[in-house]
Amino acid sequence: MSTAITHEEEHHEDLTGWRRWVFATNHKDIGTMYLWFSFAMFLLGGAFALVIRAELFVPGLQLVEPDFFNQMTTMHGLIMVFGAVMPATVGMANWMVPLMIGAPDMALPRMNNWSFWILPFAFSLLVSTFFMEGGAPAFGWTFYAPLSTTFAPSTTDFFIFGVHLMGFSSIMGSINIIATILNLRAPGMTLMKLPLFVWTWLITAFLLIAVMPVLAGAVTMMLMDRNFGTSFFDAAGGGDPVLFQHVFWFFGHPEVYIMILPAFGIVSQIIPTFARKPLFGYASMVYAVAAIAFLSFIVWAHHMFAVGMPVAGELYFMYATTLIAIPTGVKVFNWVATMWRGAMTFETPMLFAIAFVVLFTIGGLSGLMLGVAPADKQYHDTYFVVAHFHYVLVTGAVFALMAGTYYWLPKWTGYMYDERLGKIHFWISTISVNVLFFPMHFSGLAGMPRRIPDYAVQFADWNFLSSVGGFVFGFSQLLFFYIVIKAIRGGEPATNRVWEGAEGLEWTLSSPPPHHSFTVPPEVR
Amino acid sequence: MSQTQGAYYVPHGSPWPIVGSVSLTLIVLGGVNLIQSKGDSGLILFGLGAIVLTVMLFGWFGAVINESIAGSYNEQVDRSFRISMAWFIFSEVMFFAAFFGTLFYARVLSVPWLGGEGDGAWTNALLWPGFESIWPSNGPENVGGAFDTIGAWGIPAINTAILLTSGVTITWAHHALKADKRLQLIVGLAATVALGFYFLYLQVAEYIHAYQDLNLTLNSGIFGSTFFMLTGFHGFHVTLGALMLTIILLRCIRGHFSSNDHFAFEAVAWYWHFVDVVWLGLFVVVYWI
Repeated sequence: MSTAITHEEEHHEDLTGWRRWVFATNHKDIGTMYLWFSFAMFLLGGAFALVIRAELFVPGLQLVEPDFFNQMTTMHGLIMVFGAVMPATVGMANWMVPLMIGAPDMALPRMNNWSFWILPFAFSLLVSTFFMEGGAPAFGWTFYAPLSTTFAPSTTDFFIFGVHLMGFSSIMGSINIIATILNLRAPGMTLMKLPLFVWTWLITAFLLIAVMPVLAGAVTMMLMDRNFGTSFFDAAGGGDPVLFQHVFWFFGHPEVYIMILPAFGIVSQIIPTFARKPLFGYASMVYAVAAIAFLSFIVWAHHMFAVGMPVAGELYFMYATTLIAIPTGVKVFNWVATMWRGAMTFETPMLFAIAFVVLFTIGGLSGLMLGVAPADKQYHDTYFVVAHFHYVLVTGAVFALMAGTYYWLPKWTGYMYDERLGKIHFWISTISVNVLFFPMHFSGLAGMPRRIPDYAVQFADWNFLSSVGGFVFGFSQLLFFYIVIKAIRGGEPATNRVWEGAEGLEWTLSSPPPHHSFTVPPEVR
Repeated sequence: MSQTQGAYYVPHGSPWPIVGSVSLTLIVLGGVNLIQSKGDSGLILFGLGAIVLTVMLFGWFGAVINESIAGSYNEQVDRSFRISMAWFIFSEVMFFAAFFGTLFYARVLSVPWLGGEGDGAWTNALLWPGFESIWPSNGPENVGGAFDTIGAWGIPAINTAILLTSGVTITWAHHALKADKRLQLIVGLAATVALGFYFLYLQVAEYIHAYQDLNLTLNSGIFGSTFFMLTGFHGFHVTLGALMLTIILLRCIRGHFSSNDHFAFEAVAWYWHFVDVVWLGLFVVVYWI
């Protein structure tokens, strides 16, 4: 908790020009850089996705070589996970956590800068592999051994070090967020008064610190197997390629919650505002997030049911996995209960939040199907899996990020966005994203494998539909870009409160907030 | 370039993070070229990166030390540092957990499966008939050739005693610092540094012995892999810890730190204890049982 802070006279020598951004220590500037970086990566990863959808438009090989297709699926996954979704949530944390808890800035502003400025270098390394001999990584974003060890091109070493750098960035960013939340709260802001977005990020940061080092360990072992003759993932020397999957998914499963928990937090801020009711079951929301985080550490091998585990292992991981449905169900129930008999209005953030609740639940239910071991042996590595994780990550995480952007954009820029265009963006996105991903359930259940550039003609109709939806969804994000730019350049000035039903410290500050958010910590009742 | 924001110190822009990013990128580019043996360019890039990184560390920590001496930090800032160091050490624990997990997986699951246990009967019968699961193992194809292991009660036991003693000496130094006994502080810290480097000397001797006399190398199958990965990364962390202790020692000699304000000392002491505890785990599961 804050000690009493006396406000000294500000002697601004604000950095200007490029120095403001490159030497930045201000949480808002760094948050802005995170958000723009993630949007750039979102467009790049989206472009790769459109290459995939263009190739899959009709059966047969038309546009790209199979190896390049594999590079596209791999880089699409890596860029979207590590470059788009994660930095976007960190950007929102940077912007909003100090405002929400009544802090002047993040706890360690210089380290905050470094967390961000590693990312452009790391992704330059990763993307530069496209222009090197051997091409970009083509073994899937999960980079299973031996595809990524014995059979991978030499550029894989750049990928490995790129992952190391992203890990440094994530760990430093997470340490900073934890220190900020634990140490910089305004007097009276007890833990159980924290806004839910802050709670979800506290727990997400813990997950990141726990699992990013394990990913670093996995890629380090890859590096050793590739270049120094070790046998970690080679059965001839007593190792095991399946070990790679265990280590990877020990990171990978918490990683999916790292992407979705902040989304939960954003939606939990938005729904009460537009339902004009306090969040239903605040304490149970906090405990549910903590329970999901705990369970995420003990369910990883449900990604590996088809690999040949002992039956006892499959049963354990199946039961543990299905347990996650309970805290997740609590959350969905509470969001719906918050809306129940509320005085609801449907501005763009609320529309995206409601779409999140509905569509994320669809993804959650298909996840439950995949969590059942005997059924998963049918669904494994089909488009049903692709449909599942795109429902939770695109209509889940990405929709929540868009909701958050519309919700907080007036606070960030000082201007209201164009509500009419926002609604158009919402409806085009929501319809097209379902045209894109819903048919994948059907092609997957019919047996279409993922990560394949060509397919049997029986899957043609569903793929045609998916591709049409994909292109509409992809290009409709340019409208999102336009709306954001338009709001930055001006418009109807935003009030401090912005939304009629908005509650919390961030709405007591001006829009946009002053340079050092809270110079005097506010008193929280 | 800085201002005290209320009482919580908010630095006002810093060039060091971007310098750090450039140095890491140079190190990575040089590292890949070195690993893939693409001539001298790797060494040049790597060396350049290391130099830039060193400059960055001195510049960044120098700035922090100056701010600390100038009295910019209050208790709350100190608490931020403490929280951060604690969580950083937790991330290091998880890094080692990945390699300990790998060792346990190999010993308890993958090598026995290759020997025909559990679901591995057909793997054993069809691929490697006659392979028996034993530990230490370099796998069914005898990767790297026959090798001997390093017994627990030679150098490793001595190294355990060295690290445990260094844990005592640094605690002695800490108590001396809190009691303002500067001479004891410097002697205790110098002893810790000396023990740390002596540990490293013995570890290097052990590696040379393993490579030259025992044919135990990185190529010795899963045993060699896990042995050198765990002890190697531990040794790397001891090196970092010893260097950090050296810096702290130099600062103590220069008269830095006071009995109630010495976060840097404590952070390095925590780190040193962490390295110590990892070694105890290593000694038991890598060398002993």
